[in-house]
Amino acid sequence: MREELRKRTVTAPDGQTFEIEPLKDYFCEAQPQVQRPAYAKIVEDLFNWARSESLWILGFGTGCGAIEMRPLMTPRYDAYRFGIQWRPTPRQSNLFVISGYLSVKTLKRVIRSYEQMQGPKYVVGLGSCTINGGMYWDSYNTIKQLADYLPVDVYIAGCMPRPEALLAGFEELKRIIRAGKGEGANRYAENFEWYKANQKRVIQDWDMPDYNW
Amino acid sequence: MPFEWVQIPYALLTLFIVVNYGLVLTALIQKIGARVGRRHGIRIYQNYVDLLKNYALRTHITHGVMFYLGPVFRLTGGVGLLLFVPTIFGSEMFSNLSFAGDLILALYFVFFGSLGMALGAGESGHPYSAIGVTRGLSQVTAAELPLALAVFAVSLQYETLSITEIVAAQQGGVTNWTLFTNPLAVAAAMLSFLGSMMRPPFDVVLAPQEIPIGPPTEYHSAYLALMQTNRVIFPVAKVVIYMNLFFGGATGWGEFAVKVFCIYMVSVLVGVVFPRFRVEQSIRWFLVWAVPIGVLSIVIA
Repeated sequence: MREELRKRTVTAPDGQTFEIEPLKDYFCEAQPQVQRPAYAKIVEDLFNWARSESLWILGFGTGCGAIEMRPLMTPRYDAYRFGIQWRPTPRQSNLFVISGYLSVKTLKRVIRSYEQMQGPKYVVGLGSCTINGGMYWDSYNTIKQLADYLPVDVYIAGCMPRPEALLAGFEELKRIIRAGKGEGANRYAENFEWYKANQKRVIQDWDMPDYNW
Repeated sequence: MPFEWVQIPYALLTLFIVVNYGLVLTALIQKIGARVGRRHGIRIYQNYVDLLKNYALRTHITHGVMFYLGPVFRLTGGVGLLLFVPTIFGSEMFSNLSFAGDLILALYFVFFGSLGMALGAGESGHPYSAIGVTRGLSQVTAAELPLALAVFAVSLQYETLSITEIVAAQQGGVTNWTLFTNPLAVAAAMLSFLGSMMRPPFDVVLAPQEIPIGPPTEYHSAYLALMQTNRVIFPVAKVVIYMNLFFGGATGWGEFAVKVFCIYMVSVLVGVVFPRFRVEQSIRWFLVWAVPIGVLSIVIA
């Protein structure tokens, strides 16, 4: 564990001393809860429609696949037409596009960002690297199957998949959400131990709490 | 004007019309912006869907009481601004809470939301929020100066602080508008208007393309939905003030819709042409170009 994350005693200028335990003081330890659909079916259907038609993507390009998202924002493909928008903060986004290979170092940041997103939230794996490692299948520092670490809703195969393929993938995700099957956040909460065990197996320098809300 | 209970449903009706008008208007404006970039842009009903989605999210996290109150203050600022200004001139139904000195109160309400936001975003503890609020407040303060000067010039011109009376004085033809009777004040106010509409070149504060999105960094779910609601009410309420003070007010909802759209478009047209200012550039711009015009309009009045 890094020096600045260890428990320590600090003396204030006025002589007062107090204990600081960064992992407890700076983070919340609450575990993720399973959030079932709470309303009548007709209301949930309406909500699911709204969720599917308002996909806010976290602007976090994890790998080379992020290059395929730029054409989606610009005139040629213009994904805004389909209710897909990009947000700069995980708090406001509910779709995480894992764009390509994930190095272990990035995986750590991805997990933190994913956990800070508000449910219901969705994960799309872009490119072969998220399915079986792709061309990085024997790399020493990239993960092979994204589904071991995060609950994935849709995979978009290819190396690289074209922007059209992404749009098709998003449409598929919309169908899943409308059918009420986009419950990745709940799967994550239900199988929390399994996901955490997998994550900790590859991330050697685990210096964060188990859940970053 | 004595209070009557029927004013409450009237006020709610005003709010309802303005929220829906604002939702469609902001989407339309975004589409216009997108067209300039040769895109189609969002769908015209996208704002409704986004709003519904954000209210429908299942989880939310609070950072304390002020974090709750930030969006509430902001919405109060927008709704208050709207209700204390006569929306439709000469209509008993849509005059709402306007009273003799409402011009001063309106000036306060323009600022109120930003202050509430500063407290709320400060409590979220995110450094980007603090940066955003500092930038936002300094820019809004600089943009507010020429507006205040213009408003004083106009109230000196008409010798009243009541928005209703100012609108009344402008009736009877386009040439009676403040735009033509006091062009300097209107020029200063319109420059200030550019700064407060959160459109380029003055939108560095919460532009989503900037790495720190600014004050709303930590806001999500229903909090963000509240702020989105305000994002559609506040610009319209603000344009209503401008319409009343400088462009002869509106006597019906049709005239209201057209005038608000046209005044809004001023900031859009400027926004799509000019690139974004940094905060210190925009403050300097306001102090160098807008404030002297405002001072001049006061001196002449």
